[in-house]
Amino acid sequence: MQDYQLSYLQELEAESLFILREVASTFKNPVLLYSVGKDSSVLLHLCKKAFYPDPIPFPLLHVDTGYKFQEMYEFRDRLQREGFNIQVFHSPSALNSKASPDQLGTEKCCGILKTQALLAALKSGEYDAAIGGARRDEEKSRAKERVYSFRDVYGQWDPKNQKPELWQHYNGHLLKGESIRAFPLSNWTELDVWTYIEQEGIPVVPLYFAQKRKVLRKGSLLIPEEGLLQEEQKAQTEEVLCRYRTLGCSPCTGAIASNAQTVKEIIDELFLEQKSERSTRVIDHDRQGSMEIKKREGYF
Amino acid sequence: MTIEAVNKYLSNSPRTTLLRFATAGSVDDGKSTLIGRLLLDTKNIFEDTLSSLESDSKKTGQPIDLAFLTDGLLAEREQKITIDVAYRYFTSPKRKFILADNPGHEQYTRNMATGASTVDAALLLIDASREITAQTRRHAFVLSLMGIKHILVVINKMDAVEYSEESYNRFVFEVKALAQRMSISDLQFVPVSALCGDNIVERSQKMPWYTGPTVLSYLENIYIEGDRNLVDFRFPVQRVSVDKTQKRSLQGQVVSGVVKKGDTLVVLPGEQEVVVKNIFLYQTEFNHAFSGQSVSLSLDRDVDVSRGSLLVHKHNLPHQVDEVEAMIVWLDPKALDLKKSYIFKNAHQEIKGQVTALRYKVNIDTLHKQETDQFSINDIGRITFQAQKTICIDYYRKNKRTGSFILIDPETYKTMAAGMVVDRVPLKSEAVSSNIFVKSGKTFWLTGLSGSGKSSISDQAIGLLKDHGHPFVALDGDHVRNGLCKDLGFSNIDRFENIRRVAEVAKLFNEAGQNVLATFVSPTKDIRDMARSIISSEKFKEIFVDAPVAICEKRDVKGLYKKARRGEVKEFTGISAPFELPLKPDLHLKTDTNDLPASVEQLVNYIITELKGSTKD
Repeated sequence: MQDYQLSYLQELEAESLFILREVASTFKNPVLLYSVGKDSSVLLHLCKKAFYPDPIPFPLLHVDTGYKFQEMYEFRDRLQREGFNIQVFHSPSALNSKASPDQLGTEKCCGILKTQALLAALKSGEYDAAIGGARRDEEKSRAKERVYSFRDVYGQWDPKNQKPELWQHYNGHLLKGESIRAFPLSNWTELDVWTYIEQEGIPVVPLYFAQKRKVLRKGSLLIPEEGLLQEEQKAQTEEVLCRYRTLGCSPCTGAIASNAQTVKEIIDELFLEQKSERSTRVIDHDRQGSMEIKKREGYF
Repeated sequence: MTIEAVNKYLSNSPRTTLLRFATAGSVDDGKSTLIGRLLLDTKNIFEDTLSSLESDSKKTGQPIDLAFLTDGLLAEREQKITIDVAYRYFTSPKRKFILADNPGHEQYTRNMATGASTVDAALLLIDASREITAQTRRHAFVLSLMGIKHILVVINKMDAVEYSEESYNRFVFEVKALAQRMSISDLQFVPVSALCGDNIVERSQKMPWYTGPTVLSYLENIYIEGDRNLVDFRFPVQRVSVDKTQKRSLQGQVVSGVVKKGDTLVVLPGEQEVVVKNIFLYQTEFNHAFSGQSVSLSLDRDVDVSRGSLLVHKHNLPHQVDEVEAMIVWLDPKALDLKKSYIFKNAHQEIKGQVTALRYKVNIDTLHKQETDQFSINDIGRITFQAQKTICIDYYRKNKRTGSFILIDPETYKTMAAGMVVDRVPLKSEAVSSNIFVKSGKTFWLTGLSGSGKSSISDQAIGLLKDHGHPFVALDGDHVRNGLCKDLGFSNIDRFENIRRVAEVAKLFNEAGQNVLATFVSPTKDIRDMARSIISSEKFKEIFVDAPVAICEKRDVKGLYKKARRGEVKEFTGISAPFELPLKPDLHLKTDTNDLPASVEQLVNYIITELKGSTKD
């Protein structure tokens, strides 16, 4: 019996494709913010599907803090060699200020390396729409985001005064200097992302899979050796079978003990998971509302 | 594995479907608490989220404040109100859910409209310890206006009224009276205490008088597949791609209907005919595509198609008009300006035009229409919009995607209004609740054990009703099993499918103005509730044909009880499968104490009164 019924994953995919096509055909100069993580991998795959047989009709932009994991750089460079148009942006002011989380504290460091750099990158490319892989499920202020998230001339978000967004009639008209962040994966959860990666065979950075890695135990966090900034800490590391649930800058991203070595095993692990996805991200826990404050200033 | 793990595992099956629903209700009715409870009791909250909740709650001096789970903005937490829609994602073993938690304050009605525009169902909260507020009426009206077909009225804070059935009934009565003046096809009620967790996920021990589903079980079982429009094919072109061989394909989403390879389509605007050559997405080819799918279409010839074109079937065209009648919700602090032009944006077009008439404004308190010369923020009413070019539209009640639009200010680019296209009818006969269709029929659903007398009563009643000028269509178990449902067996799934088809058929008859008398054992509450939700609660009347099993078995007209006793018929209702008694049937016929003519008379009288009642509407 033909029931003309989409499964939840097909429905999410169809919605994301619709959003990507809307953004591509209504903005002058869109860009995809590529962060090398699993959500970016899914976005990239959706873009291939959305526009085929056309190539992806906008560039990919990686705002690099210089603190990403080596394996992330390798993964990104491989995609570049495969022909993806990935532009890498290093903020000149960030390089000059030699920002680092242990000297400035995470809030200030993120402010310079991520938020300011992102705003500078968007400005330098005159991008009017930046597509990102953020999901409402990730964090409570993201739960409030529209699919089209408006930013003023300064790239700032005003959560108390968001544009109404009705049906799928996205209003993409902008005044000079305004821009939007578009979130095609708004309605996906972490489990949906992995289930889709499994279903479609999408390549992701190996850091997501469990391996023996040198880490420093700090409470329940496992800090990777790569992210340790002080020599004496490096001496205290031990080998632990672990993986990353989310990827950020190595000094501020913890691993979790895990033996999930395949996508299938990650999905099984998620069925049992008791902690939220971004619990390993130091920057989310600076103070109450820290993500909202970063977002208002222009962060993703 | 833990229960949570098993539940997540089950919900992750490729067959799982998605339910998008919204919550609405006045501020302080406990909406955020209800959601917190729903997430907590379905084990959809992570440990670290819960512990940060505990630390947040300490600051307010309360033990644990579930509202903090959804109020994500700093300003919301400070003021303890919801300003904007928050989206939450959770699962149960049966379904995945996307919940849009809507703000309750009047000033945030526009955010509420945002949240309500993409959902299939809504929970409307009422505080049992207070009166129904103007804001509750406003929300109920906005939900009905936005075409949300399934509404569960959640009567909360039952703990504050000592779990009194009387209080509950009073609200049910009041809301039903209110809903009669709106168009809500499926309205249900549940008494809960979100604070204490009564009837949210776990059935309450404190309200034994309530026998309906819990909030979660309602959400899991609500039948929305029938709400989709699979008839009118509409394909707004989003993008055109050209490959190396200059072959063009059209990228877009099928917003309604079904398209097959080889179909002849018409490109609007214009009237060019084309044939669908291929339907594909990336490297996958399809023979057909249906409502909700994002695909690419390639055509048999190159014609003038671009973003803004609408592809439809040749014999099923939308309305092509330059004047639109619509209900609107005004969203912006700047009032509607009759001298100004606005951008009309719908699924595929952006066209400038002007509001040429303000027909009326709806007074939310009385639901009466009022003459008006202005529309300001949060006003709801009807307008006429004159476009500068032809627009292709459908009526909102038939097609949400092509029947809705927004108005954009061409200078500030703000979204000023949300609009829903209504049927063009003369003003006088038009009512707010859009009572403009053919007078629809009703379905009288006879449920009861095999041998209780359903078919005998129905046969005789139909003859008598015809004599009274009420022709009826009979839908009978044995009858449909020989035709419509010939392919089905007696497994649980097949039984549900059997009743689903029957209910869909009854619905079609009702829509065409025909009354239906249906006779089905329909042994469980779930199965009867499904039928009710398909047919719609105001058209569905439950009639319990009641006789004890012993008597039915003695009658055993078809010899089925004997077979069941011998084990030849498995899961036979009354013998080896339960019959859940309808606790509040609209009519109760006791065929063990009354004889056949008496039962028939009772039924016929009831039906005639019911049908009379509905002509007055």
